Amino acid sequence: MIGRRGPQNGKRALEFPDVGESDEPLLVVENLHTSFRTGRGTVHAVDGVSLTVAAGTTLGIVGESGSGKTVLARSIMGLLPVRDVIKSGTVHFAGHDLTAMEPDQLREIWGAELSMIFQDPMTALNPVKRIGIQITESLRLHLDMDRKEADATAVELLRSVGIPSPEQRVRWYPFQLSGGMRQRVMIAIALACAPRLIMADEPTTGLDVTVQAQILDLLGKLQRERHMAVILVTHDLGVVADRADEIVVMYAGRVVERAPTRTLFAETHMPYTRALMESIPRLADPSGTRLQAIPGRPPDLIHPPKGCRFAPRCAFAQDKCRESDPPLRTAGSPDHLFACWFPLVHGTSTAPSASASASAAGDTTIDPGPVVQSP
Amino acid sequence: MSTVSAATAGGPPSASEDTVLSVDHLVVEFKSGRQRVHAVSDVSFQVRKGETLGLVGESGCGKSTTGRALVQVQPPTSGSVNYLGQDLSALSNRQLRKVRTKIQMIFQDPISSLNPRRRVKDIVAEPLVIWKRGTKDEKADKVRSMLEAVGIDPDTAGDRRPQEFSGGQCQRISIARALMAGPDLLICDEPVSALDVSVQAQILNLLADLKARFSLTMVFIAHDLAVVKNVSDRVAVMYLGKLVELAGSDDLYRSAAHPYTEALMASIPEPDPEQKSAHKALSGELPSPLNPPSGCRFRTRCPYAAPLCAEQEPLLREVAPGHQVACHFPLVGGKADTSAAPNPAD
Repeated sequence: MIGRRGPQNGKRALEFPDVGESDEPLLVVENLHTSFRTGRGTVHAVDGVSLTVAAGTTLGIVGESGSGKTVLARSIMGLLPVRDVIKSGTVHFAGHDLTAMEPDQLREIWGAELSMIFQDPMTALNPVKRIGIQITESLRLHLDMDRKEADATAVELLRSVGIPSPEQRVRWYPFQLSGGMRQRVMIAIALACAPRLIMADEPTTGLDVTVQAQILDLLGKLQRERHMAVILVTHDLGVVADRADEIVVMYAGRVVERAPTRTLFAETHMPYTRALMESIPRLADPSGTRLQAIPGRPPDLIHPPKGCRFAPRCAFAQDKCRESDPPLRTAGSPDHLFACWFPLVHGTSTAPSASASASAAGDTTIDPGPVVQSP
Repeated sequence: MSTVSAATAGGPPSASEDTVLSVDHLVVEFKSGRQRVHAVSDVSFQVRKGETLGLVGESGCGKSTTGRALVQVQPPTSGSVNYLGQDLSALSNRQLRKVRTKIQMIFQDPISSLNPRRRVKDIVAEPLVIWKRGTKDEKADKVRSMLEAVGIDPDTAGDRRPQEFSGGQCQRISIARALMAGPDLLICDEPVSALDVSVQAQILNLLADLKARFSLTMVFIAHDLAVVKNVSDRVAVMYLGKLVELAGSDDLYRSAAHPYTEALMASIPEPDPEQKSAHKALSGELPSPLNPPSGCRFRTRCPYAAPLCAEQEPLLREVAPGHQVACHFPLVGGKADTSAAPNPAD
C-alpha cells in the first residue's frame, strides 16, 4: 500500500489539488532572497532567485561550494533557522505560499507533499533508532496508519529502493548499513508518503561512482513510476547531464544561466557554465590531458565584487563586466536565460577582444533579448 | 636471468632498474572478532621512477589499505614492500622514520589532516623542525617558497589556521607539508574526492605541475576512474582486496579486459546529455570481505559469469604487453566469450 495520499480522518487543514487539475507549475519560486547576519557582516547567500518546476520533471541546480545552492534548497523547503536570517520573496508550492506558512502548517507538508534527501545520510538518520521506525514515523503521522500497516509499508518501501532482505533490515540501525544503503533508506523515508516534490541536496556526493549511478538510476525510476518532481542539487554537471529536464546554474547566490538540459550543453552562453563543464575530467581524453580549471574561488558574499560576480575569474572579462551587473535575459529561445554581457555563441566569446578573429568567421553576434530580471 | 621465463609465462614483470617501489604478494589482514578480514590479499605491482600509478576501486576494495601499507602506517601481514631495494617491513622504527621523509602521503580529508590549532606556516615547517634542517631563516624561506609553489599566498595565509581555509586550500597546504622533506614518492589517498569538480581540476593540475617540478613518483588512489586516468600513466584496478587488472591508462580505456573495469567506466557520469543511458549501473554491493565469494570474487556481480568462475580463482596474467588481467573470460572488444576454453595458464 504505497502511494496512497490524502487525509485519513480529515485532520489535514490544507487542500492539495491533484496535479492534473491545474496547468500551474508545481513549484514557483519568485525573487527569493536569503541573507545571514554574521559577525563580519551580512552574507547574501541567495540573491534574487526565481525558478519553476513542473510536476513530474527534474530540475538540476548546479554550482560550486559557496554558490548558495544549498541555502536555496533549504530556503525553498523553509528549513532555515529564524534567528539572524533575513528572507524575502515567495515560494508557491501547489498553490500555497510556503513562505507565509506557520511552522505547524509546514510540518503538514514536509514529508507528505515535499520531502528532502540530505547529502550525508549518516548525520541525517537517527543513529539510535532502527531504520524501520524512522520510515514509519511519517507514515503514521501523515497517513494515520496503524503500526502493523506502517511496518508492512516500510518493508515494501525498503524493497522498492533495492535493499535486499528488507524484512530483516527494517530492524537494523543506520551504522549497520553501508553509505549507499543508508542513502537508499533516506530515499525510502523521503518517498514514504508519496510526495510530489523531492529536494535532493547532493544525494550522491561522498559515494562511490558505482553507487552514485545506482542511486541516481533508482531515483529516476521511482520518479517516473510515481510522477514526482525532483530538484537535484549538485556541484557536478555530469551528474545532471542525462537526468535533469532543466538546469539552473548558480554563481555567488544568483542564477547565471538557466535552460533545458540539451540547450544548456549545446548552446552554453555563460562562460562560467562552460568552465564548469570543462573542469570535469573525461574518460575519453588521453591520460595527462590538462584540465581547464577555473582559477580562484567564488567571491565573498559579504562584499561581492562590483559588476558581474564571475568577472574576476572569467577568461573573457571586459571593463563593462567589472563595472555593471549583467541582467538575466533571454536570446533566441525564450526558455534559455543567462546573465552575461558577452555571452558565448557557438563556443566563442562575443567579447570585443576575444571575437576579433571569430567575427571574421561569421555570425557570432547575439541579439540581446528582453531583460527577465534586473540585478 | 631466471625471471625471463616467468615474464614470458605471464607472471608479474620482474623488477627492473628504474623500479622505485616494488610490492610483492602484499597481504593485509584485520582481526574482526574471531575472524580475519583480508583487506588486501596477495597484491603485487611495481612503480617505476617518474611514473604515476593509479589505484582504483570501490570503497572497501582495499585500495586505501594498500596505500597505507606502502608507507607501513598499516604494517602488512605478509608480503613485502621494497623501496629502492630496501624491504620496508624489515626496517626498525628509527630507520623507517628516515625512509618516510622520502615517501610522503596526502590524505582524503584535507581539513582533518591538518592540526586545527596550529598556524599554517608552522604546519608546513614541521617536517624541517623534526629533522632539524636549516636555520630559522632558512626554514622560513623554504616554507614561503613551498606555499607559493602550491598556490597559497604566504604573506596572508602563513599566520592563519586551517579552519579559515576552504577544502581545496587545505589540500594545497597538506601537499606543501608533504613536499617539505623532499620526498621522491608521493602517495595520494583520494586527494580530490572531497572537493568540488572545479577545485578538483585545480588540485589535479597542481599535482601534475609539482610532479614535474620536483621529479616525483606518485601512487594515486581514487574511486573515480576518469580522475585516475587523467593523472596516471598506468592504472591498477582493485576489487575486494585483489588486483583484477593492470594496464597503461589509455590502453585500459581502449580495451578494458575485466568486466569490473568496464562497469567502473560505465558508471562515470559524462557531462553530455546526448550520451544518454549507454551505461548500465553495476548492480549490488561489494560482498563482505569476511566471506568472499569462491573462485572469482567479482562473479556475484559479473554479467558474464560462467560456472567456471565459481570454481576456480582466475590468476593475473598478461593479455597484451604490459596489460594484465585476472579473468577467465577477458573481454575482447567489449565482449566476453564464455564458450571458449579458458586460458590453459589458469
